[in-house]
Amino acid sequence: MTANPAIQTVLVIDDEVQIRRLLRITLESAGYCVAEADTGRFGLDEAARRQPDAIVLDLGLPDMGGLEVLRHLREWSRVPVLVLTVIAGETEKVAALDAGADDYLTKPFGAAELTARLRAILRRAPGENEPSVVVFGDIEMDLAARLVRRRGAEVRLTAKEYAMLRLLVMHRGKVVTHGQMLRELWGPKSEGNTHYLRVHMTHMRQKLEADPHRPSHLKTESGIGYRLVGT
Amino acid sequence: MLSGVTAPDRPDPDALLASLKRDEARARRGRLKVFFGMCPGVGKTYAMLRAAQQELGERVDLVVGVVETHGRAETEALLAGLPVVPRKQIAYKNIQLTEMDLEAVLARKPRLVLVDELAHTNAPGSRHPKRYQDVIELLDAEIDVYTTLNVQHLESRADAVRQITGVTVHETVPDSLLGLVDQIELVDITPEALRERLSEGKVYMEGRAAAAAENFFKDTHLTALRELALRFVAEQVDNRLRELRSASALKTVWRSGERLLVAVGPSPSSTQLVRWTRRMAASQGASWIAVSVEDTRPLDKDAQRRLEQNLALARELGAEIVVTHDSDVADALVRVALQNNATQIVVGKSLRPRWLDALRGGNLVDRLLRIGGSIDIYVVPAERSGERPAPWVGWRQIEPSPAREYAEVFGTLAALTAASWLAAPHTGYPAVGFFYLLAVIGLSLRVGRGPIFVAGIASAVAWDFLFIPPVFTFVIGRLEDRLMFGTYFAVALITGHLASRIRAQERNERMREDRATALFHLTQAIGSARTLDDAVFAALRQADAYFGATTALLLDDGNGSAIMPHFAGSYTVAEKERAVADWAWRNRRKAGRFTDTLPSAEGFHVPLLREDAAVGVLILCLPPEALLTLAQRDLAESFATQLAQLVEREQLRAAGEREKLLAESDKLHRTLLDGVSHELKTPLAVLSAAVENLASADEATRDSLANEIRTAARRLNRLVNNLLDQTRLESGALKPRLDWCDGHDLVNAATEGVSDQLDGHPFEVDIPKDLPLFRADAALMEQVIANLLLNSALHTPAGTPIFLAAGVDTAKARVFFTVADRGPGLPAAMRERLFQKFQRGDAAKAGGLGLGLSIIRGFVTAQGGDVVAGENPGGGAVLTVYLPYKPHGDVPEE
Repeated sequence: MTANPAIQTVLVIDDEVQIRRLLRITLESAGYCVAEADTGRFGLDEAARRQPDAIVLDLGLPDMGGLEVLRHLREWSRVPVLVLTVIAGETEKVAALDAGADDYLTKPFGAAELTARLRAILRRAPGENEPSVVVFGDIEMDLAARLVRRRGAEVRLTAKEYAMLRLLVMHRGKVVTHGQMLRELWGPKSEGNTHYLRVHMTHMRQKLEADPHRPSHLKTESGIGYRLVGT
Repeated sequence: MLSGVTAPDRPDPDALLASLKRDEARARRGRLKVFFGMCPGVGKTYAMLRAAQQELGERVDLVVGVVETHGRAETEALLAGLPVVPRKQIAYKNIQLTEMDLEAVLARKPRLVLVDELAHTNAPGSRHPKRYQDVIELLDAEIDVYTTLNVQHLESRADAVRQITGVTVHETVPDSLLGLVDQIELVDITPEALRERLSEGKVYMEGRAAAAAENFFKDTHLTALRELALRFVAEQVDNRLRELRSASALKTVWRSGERLLVAVGPSPSSTQLVRWTRRMAASQGASWIAVSVEDTRPLDKDAQRRLEQNLALARELGAEIVVTHDSDVADALVRVALQNNATQIVVGKSLRPRWLDALRGGNLVDRLLRIGGSIDIYVVPAERSGERPAPWVGWRQIEPSPAREYAEVFGTLAALTAASWLAAPHTGYPAVGFFYLLAVIGLSLRVGRGPIFVAGIASAVAWDFLFIPPVFTFVIGRLEDRLMFGTYFAVALITGHLASRIRAQERNERMREDRATALFHLTQAIGSARTLDDAVFAALRQADAYFGATTALLLDDGNGSAIMPHFAGSYTVAEKERAVADWAWRNRRKAGRFTDTLPSAEGFHVPLLREDAAVGVLILCLPPEALLTLAQRDLAESFATQLAQLVEREQLRAAGEREKLLAESDKLHRTLLDGVSHELKTPLAVLSAAVENLASADEATRDSLANEIRTAARRLNRLVNNLLDQTRLESGALKPRLDWCDGHDLVNAATEGVSDQLDGHPFEVDIPKDLPLFRADAALMEQVIANLLLNSALHTPAGTPIFLAAGVDTAKARVFFTVADRGPGLPAAMRERLFQKFQRGDAAKAGGLGLGLSIIRGFVTAQGGDVVAGENPGGGAVLTVYLPYKPHGDVPEE
């Protein structure tokens, strides 16, 4: 299976047989090769041995917590990780994202959602060339020229707005946490000043979205961050 | 007898009941067998040990508590082989004394224990002063007891023995103890045989009795003692028989409800009176009451102590004790007699001079005869003893008035005499008589009975000598002067007497009022207290004040295994006192100082008695010198009763509350279970049915089945989330993370989550474009808004429009989110209940546990906000959520 370089391998670490079976059916029909592990320890072994292209990790594992698995994994691997959680609270999600997860999904989730997220985190696999122009809706962002156009006409963004949009475009399809944005744009001391983000986001939506109050690309993830969709 | 004729075969119900009660009490307590003899040396211990050996042969679990062999070989041989509980060593004034180890025996809990010499007095520091009290406790612990007793040690026979032998017996047991005896075995021996044993040195006499042994063992004495013992045993057998008869319908001897009443005072003759009455009552098979009449005057300490002793004796001999207050003893006795249905009153013969009685309007006996009606009066002559009987009735208790009062009397009379001397020539001597009378009446309002008596005589003498012609002689010439003088003398004395009586009555009233006030204050303090602790605190402060003592209260810990001191006590309960209190609590009897149990204790321990148990113990610690008067004892018991009622009331209330809570939680559980099972099973049923059909379905059906499955799954998800949220709220695990929120974002996310349910409802959103940011927990608020929308969708018919509005009320510094509909609306009565869990609207469509609004309220409150239900003008319901609003800080310029 791994012989064919076009087929990507996904390692599923979950203790529930039914979830593993369901994920295998979903992922295989989407064209991935699936490996399974039912404990965190075995999952880490499998990750080292099989070198998967992505990992789907359940946070509630019986032997060691999902966060711990993630921390061990991040000591030696940059493999993209999608965490699954049953907990509605955002604290744990943020913790997982901070610990190095690339994105998250809350159970119960749909198959389409899962494959979309997986595609997004797999996009930045090593060696792939970053395009210099990214298009979403009627917006065109030229990263090389540092230009944003809407229906061909240039949109004037402030420096911070441009930096925010660039960050979201670089992680398009994935969630970018408030903390991450504030650190990168305003420095580590600014964490907690989320109203900076809100204010700039409101302005940006007014410039880029058809209906700024019902955005279709610059989405809010309540309590966590923002996500650029529709690219 | 009449009753026997009218109902010859029917058992007397009262007697039957009493007999049943006694049987019942016996069934619960150990059996007491007494080996009874006429004097020491008859072989009681020997007989007891022989009986024990026999029991041991029948494998009865028995121990020897205490047996005195006095070194006699035959007895010691019998003791061999019997298990002995080692005696307790007690150090007393440098000597080692040994006593039965009551605690060890109780702990060992045998079937039968041998306790020699029932009348023995325990060493100071033992639990009980007397050994028979140890025995009572053993019996109470359901342990059978064998014991030995001589006739001279019986309280009621002690006098007779003294009269026969001239030896005063100090160690006695109360006759009431005999009520506990199940079997009495007479150990008899002829006087000759006894004297023989005596000469062989086989008889041991202890202490002072040994000195009098020669006298004691005279043949004539022995015969008399033997007769006494035999008669006593015969009497016991007779009583038992009578009891048996009356209970088993063979009633030929029927005693009417005779009841004796004896007046008890502090005099030594009262002691004899008490014994006499007890004998009389026993021979009549009657019950008896001992009455003490407290006069207005306080008794001196000696008299008080003697009175206490006399009453204690009466109590020991089985009397009921009544203490009453009255200045007139005869009145009081008749009143108590009528109240208690007494048929006979026993009083001592007065020893005071007749003239004093005459002055008083007759002596006690005369007055009793006059007002006693049909009650028989017995007058028992007092034995002349060396000491003068202490006064206890009426007139003789002339209170020593202070010299100041006499000085006042003579001063007033002297001044008046001088003035009259000057006035007499003008007014004439008869008027002077009226001046004197006025002065005597005036004085009677100020001074005591003695001084006024003196004033009456002195003024009469002065008037006669100085004013009535012929002056300067005691001779009165004219008849009318003599009449006038006589009348004056009588009026002066009567006036003085009346006035002092009024004063006495006043004082009496005051005392009674004080007691009533004390109880009133207590009741009031308890009544106005809101918690048990408050009430106990108030009650103990009252007790402190009324007894002049430090007090403590120990209360049952709730499960009846121990009592713990209440913090409000002013007396710190030491370990030793704790043990006394514990005893009082377990045995439901008073203990400690002023009682027979552990009298060396510091405090007076009164159990708080309720129907079937003691709920605590009240401890009064009086100053070392103080005496507890009967009135105080009464009051202490009343206090304890009040406190017991209070504690019981509190316990009942707490129990009621617990029950209510239990019922409530039971109801809640049922609702939850019913709701959850319904809510879970409906979507599950849909899921399993849809999945079954899926395999055989065509393309179109498959789509609609998939739709059904999705709906059912969402419903399950919602239910589980609600339950989890409610749990989070109730466990207090909910900690909102406040952050800057954009209202539009929240509404968008919430609307997306419930878009399925909103299908079919025209939905309008009205949020100002420039709605500022506010601080909230985004995830919680998203759910709050989703729940608000869901609530409207679920409780209104399809097609009902739903409106969502938001805004800022800067004046009140709050943000609001309002969801309104055109549904059936909310009745005003329901609005408060609305936010409680498991509340479902009457118009609710199937589905929902009624947790939605409860969660909204919980989440909003956690963020410092509020939720309000109201009426939509024009019909429908409005729910509005408010959150505090504060503008955010500046965003740095770029």
